[in-house]
Amino acid sequence: MLNIGDIMETIKMIQNENLDIRTITMGISLLDCCDPDIDRACEKVYNKIVTKAGRLVEVGEEISKLYGIPIINKRVSVTPISMLVASSGGDPVKYALTLNRAAETIGVNFIGGFSALVHKGFSAGDRELIAAIPEAMAQTTRVCSSVNVGSTKAGINMDAVAMMGHIVREAAEKTTDADCMGAAKIVVLCNAPEDKPFMAGAFHGVGEPDCVINVGVSGPGVVRSVLEKYPDADLNRIADLIKKTAFKITRVGQLVGTEASKRLGVPFGIIDLSLAPTPAVGDSVAHILEAMGLEQCGTHGTTAALAMLNDAVKKGGVMASSNVGGLSGAFIPVSEDAGMIDAARAGTLSLEKLEAMTSVCSVGLDMIVIPGETPAEVISAIIADEAAIGMVNSKTTAVRVIPAIGKKEGEELEFGGLFGSGPVMKINDKSPAKFIARGGRIPAPMQALKN
Amino acid sequence: MRAIISVIGKDTFGILAKVSTVCSENKANIIDVTQSVLQEMFVMVMMVDISDPACDFSLLKSSLEKAGCDIGMQINIMHEDIFNSMHSI
Repeated sequence: MLNIGDIMETIKMIQNENLDIRTITMGISLLDCCDPDIDRACEKVYNKIVTKAGRLVEVGEEISKLYGIPIINKRVSVTPISMLVASSGGDPVKYALTLNRAAETIGVNFIGGFSALVHKGFSAGDRELIAAIPEAMAQTTRVCSSVNVGSTKAGINMDAVAMMGHIVREAAEKTTDADCMGAAKIVVLCNAPEDKPFMAGAFHGVGEPDCVINVGVSGPGVVRSVLEKYPDADLNRIADLIKKTAFKITRVGQLVGTEASKRLGVPFGIIDLSLAPTPAVGDSVAHILEAMGLEQCGTHGTTAALAMLNDAVKKGGVMASSNVGGLSGAFIPVSEDAGMIDAARAGTLSLEKLEAMTSVCSVGLDMIVIPGETPAEVISAIIADEAAIGMVNSKTTAVRVIPAIGKKEGEELEFGGLFGSGPVMKINDKSPAKFIARGGRIPAPMQALKN
Repeated sequence: MRAIISVIGKDTFGILAKVSTVCSENKANIIDVTQSVLQEMFVMVMMVDISDPACDFSLLKSSLEKAGCDIGMQINIMHEDIFNSMHSI
């Protein structure tokens, strides 16, 4: 029989330390829904999503009940919609409304893939889709959008970067009444993974199978609780404890993913080994760093502590899963992490420090509220900096900033739910406008020449 | 298919009897029971076989939770695989 201590440990992790499966995301290819008639294409898209993912929520709930583990989100990611726009033309917002309707029918809270991949340049459909993002985000509640503007192999498409500064601002302006939520559903990526289960940047890459199940695990609370039991252990021991904990967390993800794949008759893709925080008390990545010995997240030493955490999570998780993918690392979304919110409010955590932190973890500047008056070119420059970190370090980076229209530094935006709330953070007031206006492409770095 | 029932709470009369009755009513066959009392906190872990076609997992789960409320204990039932995957390689 199982050891009683092990059983109690698992139950404690779930009930007291917020261990959960953050998301089961079904990736669905829409390549076979392309049609020269946009209305017919939308109909095919709706039918395919509803057919493939019709039982996703029900199966998620069955598994949750059987194993006693909460599965917080059931979601869908689809082929970048720009590819469908390429063949149909027309108003891309129609696709967004179709995705939203499909998401409502099957009961998923988010659907990702209102996306375009433009890291080396624009092809048919890309510009149209990007231009439609603000309207699509304003008219839908469940659709998430992402644009890949750079990669290690291609460099950074600075024309797209310049464009995205305006798009993010416009999305926030169009949703001012809803706490600028439009911008919270847009991610600008560099080296975007094609199999990521986490929103808002999830899309179903063209190299993926027709339909696949990807799982994102969570568990910052579990890691923090383990570390708190060893206040005097050295960092070798701490790294070891994190690895062991990550192994256990990931095994649950593997179990749930395998079971979901079996019940839905869809291949199991990957587990994203990410410590994804929530605003709930005790579910914070910042608090793990503080448990390691930092007075507050954002102070000197934060980058080193985060680098170790991120690495140990991967090392522990890799052995626990048959296929690892997505982002895999620690997330540091400011508004979704109680410890990060406190640190930002206290002024300990700055945008510059967050940028440094993104060079050692997944994924990037995430859920950061910036002043409402921030010009578009500053947003573009923030995106360019982050993309450069991703490009040079051959890693994924992303930017999800929310201009708080009508608000200034010190005020707050309240999104509610998993999005949490965020203080408006200080940004540098000198202008990068001329640099952004140059346009063109930052060439691929030496790291691209691996062949 | 086997599941683990865990019962945690303040020790009192008739816990084992109550849980066993629910198991029997729902056609869950008890395979093994371990229990201990730590500082007045009662912890019982029970392994049950739930492969009988007449055993409805959802019903068993809700009956156990209700029984837990009645006697002021926290009762969980989870498929054994979650423990096996977490604690063994």
